Order: sequence, then C-alpha cells, then structure tokens
Amino acid sequence: MNGSLLRRKAVNHLLTGLCALMVLVALLPLVSVLWLVIKNGAAGLSWTFFTALPRPVGEEGGGVGNAVVGTLYIVAIACAFGLPLGIGAGVYLAESRNGLFARGIRFTAELLAGVPSIVIGIVAYGVVVVPMKRFSALAGGVALALLMIPTLARATEDLVRLVPGSLREASLALGVPQWKTSLRVVLRTAMGGIVTAVLLSIARVAGETAPLLFTALNNQYWNLRPDQPTSTLTVQIFNYAISPYEDWHAKAWSAALVLLLVVGVLNLLARQMTRTRLKGAR
Amino acid sequence: MNAATMHTDKIEANDLSVFFRQAQVLKRVALKVPEKKVMAVIGPSGCGKSTFLRALNRMHDLVPGARVEGRILLDGENINDPRVDAVALRRRVGMVFQRPNPFPSMSIFDNVAAGLKLNRVKGNHAEVVERCLRQAALWDEVKDRLGHSPLSLSGGQQQRLCIARALAVEPEVLLMDEPASALDPIATARIEELIHELKARYTIVIVTHNMQQAARVSDQTAFFYMGELIEVGATEQIFTNPREKRTEDYVTGKFG
Ligand SMILES: Nc1ncnc2c1ncn2[C@@H]1O[C@H](COP(=O)(O)OP(=O)(O)O)[C@@H](O)[C@H]1O
Ligand SMILES: [Mg+2]
Repeated sequence: MNGSLLRRKAVNHLLTGLCALMVLVALLPLVSVLWLVIKNGAAGLSWTFFTALPRPVGEEGGGVGNAVVGTLYIVAIACAFGLPLGIGAGVYLAESRNGLFARGIRFTAELLAGVPSIVIGIVAYGVVVVPMKRFSALAGGVALALLMIPTLARATEDLVRLVPGSLREASLALGVPQWKTSLRVVLRTAMGGIVTAVLLSIARVAGETAPLLFTALNNQYWNLRPDQPTSTLTVQIFNYAISPYEDWHAKAWSAALVLLLVVGVLNLLARQMTRTRLKGAR
Repeated sequence: MNAATMHTDKIEANDLSVFFRQAQVLKRVALKVPEKKVMAVIGPSGCGKSTFLRALNRMHDLVPGARVEGRILLDGENINDPRVDAVALRRRVGMVFQRPNPFPSMSIFDNVAAGLKLNRVKGNHAEVVERCLRQAALWDEVKDRLGHSPLSLSGGQQQRLCIARALAVEPEVLLMDEPASALDPIATARIEELIHELKARYTIVIVTHNMQQAARVSDQTAFFYMGELIEVGATEQIFTNPREKRTEDYVTGKFG
C-alpha cells in the first residue's frame, strides 16, 4: 500500500521533471536565435538605421527606413484584402455548416493553407505583375493576402463555432436579424480569439520573403505608391545576406533585429488596442 | 369565437404540431393564453414544453429539419403565416432561457441595451436601461458597475439581467423556459416575485419543472405529456381538482 504510493509519487516527480526538461530543450533553439540576432544585430542599430535610406556598398551609415515602411505598407495592403475575406469566409463556413458549397470552400482552404509560399508568390506574379507589367506593392500585398486567407478562415471558423448557441438564440429572441446576430453578437464574442489569429497571421506574413521576391521586388527609395516596386525588410535582409560584403552582412543582422522589433511592436499595439476587456470578466 | 375572447386571449394555438424530421414532438395542441396573465406549462422532461414555447416566437424557423403545422394566433393574427416577419414577431414575443445567457463581450449596460442598439432603435438608452433593470429588480445591485462584465454577476443576477434585456425591446409576451432551474432558492424566490410584478404589463408563459413554483406564480396551468396537451385550466383547479387521471398522477408526484 505504502510502497505503491511512494512509487506513484516517484513516477510523478520523474515525469514532471521530464516535461520541464522538454520545455527547456524546445526553448533552446528559440532563445539561441534571439540571442544570435541581438548579438550580431545590436551593434549596427541606431536611429539612423531605422529611418535612413540604404547606402551603396562601402559607404558608411544608411539604414532600412524605406524597408520598414514598405513592410508595414505591404502588410497593410495584405490586411485590407485578407482580413475581410479570411474572416468573412470563416464566418460563412461556421454558419453554413455542411452544405456542399461550404465543404468545397473548406477543402480548398485546407489545400491552400498547405501550398508553399513561393507558389503563392508565382500566382500573384501571374495575376498581378504580368498584367500590370511591373513589380508592385500591390502584387506583394496580394501575395501575402493569399497566404493569410486560408489559415485565417479556418481559425475564424473554429473560433466562431466555439461561441455557444445560446448566445445566438438570445440575440435572435431579441428580434435581431440572423445576419446581424452573426456579425454583432457571435463574431464579436469570438473577436478576442480572432484578433490573436490575425496577429499570428500578420507576424507570419511579415516574415515572408519568397512570395515578395518577384512581386514587390525591392526599391532603394521611399515608396508609397501601390503600383511601384517596394522595399521590404525580408527582401532587404535577403539581399544583404547573399551579398559578398562584410558590412552588408552586418546590416542583414541589424535588419533582422529590426524585423523582430517591428513584429513585436505590431503585436503589442494590437493587443493594447483590443484590451477593452470589461472589468470583472473571467 | 365571440368578441370577449378575441379581446382577452393574447395567444391562441390551434391544432399545433411540431416535427423534428420524422418525429412528431408536439401533437395537435390547442391552447389559449389570456392577456396579462401567467400561464405555467408543466410536464415530465421531454414532453415538449420547450418545443411548445419556442413555437410561440418561431425559434424553430432556425432549426434544420424542424416543421411547424397549425395556427398560432397572436392578437388574432396567425404568426405562422409566411407573410409574417419572424424578426418583427420576436420583438413582440420575448424569451428568457433556462441558463442565463448574457452576452459576455458586452457590459452590463450594453446587455440591456443590446436589443435597442442592434436594432438601431433611437432614443434615450440610459433611461430604458435603468427602467428595465428596475423592473427586473436588479438596478440597486448593478447601478454602480454598469460598465462591468456581466460575468461578474451571480447566476441569479445574470438571469435577472437577461430578463431586463428581454424587457428592453418592449415585448408584449414574455416566454420563460425554466428560468429558475439553474438558480439557488433565494434567487428563485426573487425571480418569482418578479414574475408577479411583470404580470401587470406582460402576458407570460413559463415552463417549469417545479410544481410549487407553478402553483405560486401562475394563473393558469397547462399539463403536457408525451407531446400532447392533457389538460389546461385555472392553476388551483389543476392542482387540487384535476379532471384527468394523468394530471393528478403527475401533480401529486406519482411519476415525473
Ligand atoms: N432540435 C431538435 N431536434 C430533434 N429533436 C428535438 C429537438 N429539440 C427537441 N427535440 C425532442 O423533442 C422532444 C421534446 O423536447 P423538449 O420540448 O425540449 O422537452 P421538454 O422541454 O418538455 O423537456 C424530446 O424528445 C427531444 O428529444
Ligand atoms: Mg425544456
């Protein structure tokens, strides 16, 4: 009796210890990536690096200001297309359950979510770049939107389905039409989770390089015109990193650190904006 | 039908049947609910009480496979007529559910105002919210924290909030599906008190599992059994002198 209790306690401790170890092992690469980026990138970081245009090789100074703005700009374009379509499709999927059309869309979304991002880039190239006969921020935004939509749709669908049916009934019983119930009650209740899903997908697409290489391309100057090539942090990092120049390699590290910061700040901002949590909420 | 009954019967169900796919859950129910009275609906679990209640504000419209036959007259007008707008109907026939279901993403204030805001009703919402919270006997408990989450309230308070929310759209009829079954005895007593007060203004149909509750709050009682309306009459008569054997067995606790 007593022996089995001791044994159980021992097994319990052993497994708890094992789990803690696993967490450490899992965190190790993450922490080392962060450490490496900070170690190599922090030196080149300065206000100028954030705000200035890039300089030709060999020249001192210069920065990635246009790439920071370009990344935000292209992500904003991606959101303009991707959020309404992704979230809208997700709400539709959740509400229409198992109609043939809905099943078709769900299957397509699953398929799309698994398509490598470079293939999405090729699609955007064919659909936007070729007819416009130029690389552009728009093309980059479309490529990133195509990446966002399927994952966002599936995440939204799952989150909307988690909203208890009793809330929908409560709203309908107040004489609120069905579509308004879906948007203003059900979707709103799921919003906290959806915001998180949106943040994750923004963080993901902001870090994409492949689909931008032949859509938004790059630009050595400031650009906020949707029909012009646009610099992004990721493509800039890529260009710096594959160059043979030492000082550009250093800039690649610093730009990588800037990218991490930008994504981090985006996260914080969005979280702050949606922190209208009511007092006493559990 | 004479003029007097036309005037005093708020709801009149005729030959009302409800099917879920093949299964007939409600069988040709005929029932009149007088205006500004409380009608209790009792019967064993699964006998179709909720189904009956939900037919009265056409909640079955939204259930795939559900079919409603027969007529339900509200002020003499058949609500099952396809020309009747179910959304408009539900503003006249409000509903309170078994489990309190406040909107968790809205404040206490916004919960009460939800029907007005979502339907874009203009006017002084603050006034309406206060009035409805007072009617629901909740005002004093929440007046200092209208901006808080409804989830910070107890179950009984949440249910009264849901009642206030239903009252805010100014319905004529209030349907209550076992509104106190998830509450403790004190909260239950408050809800019952409330029903007494609301009866001056609203026609109330309340489903209850609790025989004493039916006896306390209602003017009339309808006993359902296996989808059929067995007996309906003045509450006192149903409990003391039922005409049907099954009613007597049920109210005296021989089965249930
Ligand atoms: N949406 C539905 N689909 C299929 N059957 C249902 C549905 N709702 C209720 N029923 C069935 O109808 C019968 C009556 O249910 P209900 O009206 O909820 O009973 P009560 O409220 O009296 O306990 C039950 O047998 C139940 O299983
Ligand atoms: Mg029921």
